Amino acid sequence: MTGELGQVSLCFALALSLVMAVSGFLGMRPAGQIARGAAISSAMGLLVFVGLAFATLTYAFVVSDFSIGLVARHSSTLKPLVYKISGVWGNHEGSMLLWVLVLAIYAAVVAGLQRGGVRLTSAALGVQGLLAAAFLLFILFTSNPFFRLDPEPFEGAGLNPLLQDPGLAFHPPMLYAGYVGLSAAFSYAAAALLVGEVAIASNWARAARPFMLMAWIALTGGIALGSWWAYYELGWGGFWAWDPVENASLMPWLIATALLHSALATEKSGAFRTWSLLLAIAGFSLSLIGTFLVRSGVLSSVHAFASDPTRGFFIMILIFLAIGGALALFAWRAPTLKSGAAFAPVSRETALLLNNVFLVAACSAVFVGTLYPLVLDAVNGSKITVGPPYYALIFAPIFFVLLLLVPFGPALGWKRADFQTALRSLYPALGLAAVAAIAVLAIVSPRGLAATGAFGAAGWLIGASLLDIRKRKGARASAFAAALAHAGLGVSLMGVAGTTAWRSEALTVLAPGQTMMVGSYTLRFDGVTREKGPNYVADRGHIALMKGDKVSAVLKPEHRFYSAEGQDMNDTAIHTNGLRDLYLALGDDRGGGRFALRAYVSPLAPLIWLGGLMMGLGGILSLLGRLRVKEPDKQPAAPAMAQAAE
Amino acid sequence: MTRVIALLLMVMAGALQIAWDIAPALAAPVGETFSDPVLEARARNLQRQLRCLVCQGESIDDSHSPFAADVRQLVRQQIAEGKSDEQIEDFLVARYGDFILMKPPVQPNTWLLWLMPFVVLGGAGAVAWVTVKKASATES
Repeated sequence: MTGELGQVSLCFALALSLVMAVSGFLGMRPAGQIARGAAISSAMGLLVFVGLAFATLTYAFVVSDFSIGLVARHSSTLKPLVYKISGVWGNHEGSMLLWVLVLAIYAAVVAGLQRGGVRLTSAALGVQGLLAAAFLLFILFTSNPFFRLDPEPFEGAGLNPLLQDPGLAFHPPMLYAGYVGLSAAFSYAAAALLVGEVAIASNWARAARPFMLMAWIALTGGIALGSWWAYYELGWGGFWAWDPVENASLMPWLIATALLHSALATEKSGAFRTWSLLLAIAGFSLSLIGTFLVRSGVLSSVHAFASDPTRGFFIMILIFLAIGGALALFAWRAPTLKSGAAFAPVSRETALLLNNVFLVAACSAVFVGTLYPLVLDAVNGSKITVGPPYYALIFAPIFFVLLLLVPFGPALGWKRADFQTALRSLYPALGLAAVAAIAVLAIVSPRGLAATGAFGAAGWLIGASLLDIRKRKGARASAFAAALAHAGLGVSLMGVAGTTAWRSEALTVLAPGQTMMVGSYTLRFDGVTREKGPNYVADRGHIALMKGDKVSAVLKPEHRFYSAEGQDMNDTAIHTNGLRDLYLALGDDRGGGRFALRAYVSPLAPLIWLGGLMMGLGGILSLLGRLRVKEPDKQPAAPAMAQAAE
Repeated sequence: MTRVIALLLMVMAGALQIAWDIAPALAAPVGETFSDPVLEARARNLQRQLRCLVCQGESIDDSHSPFAADVRQLVRQQIAEGKSDEQIEDFLVARYGDFILMKPPVQPNTWLLWLMPFVVLGGAGAVAWVTVKKASATES
């Protein structure tokens, strides 16, 4: 019964999304009051039915209803409950349903908040309706999660053990909240272009801002979770591999970051209005391309659940229609929305513009690096690899210049500012940067230009953020959002530079009782025990971290074998003191109680994610500040808040 | 006599034990090492620049696959023979193609790859410059 309920819900949802699209577009006329009501109700209805379909599928996974093929292929009765639930989106069909669920949630929030006035909202709902309809059609025709199996198998095939991990259970929903959140910004941008009246379109940046922020926060969190997972689960000690799948999430993040900054100026003075529109379109386009790359099997990895050409073809058509349609609309309407905002060459507007120049260039490096090998292979069959050295040579310098420019933004005033004054106000930060760089050069070995530069830049960013915080003392919390996020950038930078430059590693085969050295630490191998988990058996190593003759900590890395899936994998052990990680992975059994052991000391590694957390919190502060101010165009206090953000 | 046989057996067992130790250690990424730290650093650096062709974008330095172990051995053998990094890379490219290099070579079919980000940087910079000029013209 459950499968049929889900199937029927999806059909209703499709019908409602079509109603929402048509009535949304009709409601954009001044007289379209009835249509506007219909668009709002159908947005709510869409959420109900997609939610019902999703709940049905979740229920089928929880009770292990193997009469549904998807459940049989991707779950088993042996799995712990949390991985039964995360198994819902640990496959192609379910992840697409999650995508539509998130889309429906955003549509309902757009309908509920009515930001930017009724006509703009209505047009935005029309676009959201079209997107929902396209994805629902995709699900129903190529990726139906509710197909039945007859006869029903006794046991399911289980879930890829790599995905059975708390970090990864919540990484996809988070990332989707980001990808799809950009759809709301996209819908508002398209709505502004569709309405085409300057008086209404000028509201779009302010109306869409909470959605941009939500998307950005979720993307930041999703990327951080993904890299944290790669760090502790894959057992190679790294945190970012410039893998195409990682790049697919980084590109929308870079553009979303650019959009957040340019929309700030658009809101304030109408500057860069069409540019912000273009960024909103580009951001969601990159989300779509990312989904296509990851899901279509063009790139094979843990993320590519399906390599079915019809699905790839369908998504490709969808991308062409969405991006092509939006760009055509932009080319047609954007010139009428141009604003003649005025500002001096030295002003915060210029700083924000420079931020955008570098972010877009950095994004283009990731874009070319990810797609070029695919294109080249398709054109003439030559195969090349674009690996980390390419990004170190191209992406890193562009991003580094961007980081150096960051502190000028908050230090310069809107419209017209004095560069000398701004620079003077930043002298203490410059001092901190010099201290950090010299300290790294003088104290730490091996000496390296990259690490010195990175620490200098980190000192510069953090120092400038502290100055900014001091300047705003007593302001409300949201005024500190930018300072917190920029400081987070500096903190992450230190983590990245620290582990990259000073990581030490060791790989040895040890018998029980033997010791090894990694960095300045002594580890004693105390043997391996056999443990039984809920759906796996594990070899658990017991390794003592020695301080002189005494044991100061015991680390227990595991090597697990998942019987239902027939796969084995590593569970690393990490001992952290907040400033450095001691990282252990248990290798293979070499007989006689002896095991291979891989150990790393990663200085400052925890800072990578601490910085990510600070950026996310900065975003949340800004979002909370936004939501407190109710309807921006009716509220005379809105400009005051914008001033507080200076 | 029995003593001698026992001793021989023990030696053989010991040798077997050592062989057992070394054999799998050779398959492990860091198992094969040069005693000269300079050569070792060179080998590690080179290994990071080479892609394991049968893996998901891992370098042969990170990978546990037999292919990566073979290439590592080849690299170390050639370093021991006194070949330069460039000669070793050229040898591997001739054998496996450009695909094996983590850093794509700069050649006509990759010019676009290397230049595009700077073209975008220049283009966006030019647009920004024009925008600022216009905005400041209206401002004053």
